[in-house]
Amino acid sequence: MDINKQEYKKLVKKTAPPSPVFKNCIFAFLFGGAICTFGQLLFDFYSAVTDYDKDGCYTLVSITIIFITAFLTGIGVFDNIAKHAGAGTLVPVTGFANSVVSPAIDTKAEGLVLGVGAKIFTVSGPVILYGILSGTLYGVILWIVQLI
Amino acid sequence: MSSISTYIFAFLVGGAFCIIAQILIDKTALTPARILVLYVSAGVLLGALGWYDPIKRLAGCGATVPLCGFGAGIASGIKKAVGEDGFLGIFRGGFTAAAAGCAAALVFGYIAALIFKGKPKR
Repeated sequence: MDINKQEYKKLVKKTAPPSPVFKNCIFAFLFGGAICTFGQLLFDFYSAVTDYDKDGCYTLVSITIIFITAFLTGIGVFDNIAKHAGAGTLVPVTGFANSVVSPAIDTKAEGLVLGVGAKIFTVSGPVILYGILSGTLYGVILWIVQLI
Repeated sequence: MSSISTYIFAFLVGGAFCIIAQILIDKTALTPARILVLYVSAGVLLGALGWYDPIKRLAGCGATVPLCGFGAGIASGIKKAVGEDGFLGIFRGGFTAAAAGCAAALVFGYIAALIFKGKPKR
């Protein structure tokens, strides 16, 4: 069939299902589930080779996944995976790590202090802020309950 | 060695957290950054209510690897710190629990910025 790009796009639009939500959900489920299962493998590995307790091993798993994400983001592979995975790579700690690493790399040209130093918190800043805020609120409630 | 059921639940629970976020992205105007904020706050709430520990026992990394696990970790850090230090714990507990994840992301992010070439945004 001899058609140009625009005609092809129209044809795709006409034949494709109206909403890709279902497909997106399947991909998000598979990628997200796979990352967590990979994490569980790492957890068993760290439980076997280190003396850390459960929470220590969970933390080591997160650090490892953050490291892998930083590397994949650096070599430019992460974005290609995330395009298909959607929320599947956003929700696991990979999404948080990518939100730190990606602006850090992209703003290098703006300088190491106000470029990388400031922009590294573009997305992670709000996450840390609201995590700590809601945690502190919980702490205040706990403290008051403890007093009475 | 974790049991087979932990692996299965890690996949199912981790995947389910992602499906919820995907629906929110596709059906609402929530941006990925807002989803992350929502998930960490929801994690703190679930942790505070004591609902996250059962999920963690069931699904292992299916509960700790998603960002709500990060929030639940903050909640349990606060609880421990307030129990030990009282008033000071309110301010100590959150960052103590979040320390490893934040430090790892910042350090690896910085190193990656030094090593790799970015594509500057317009």
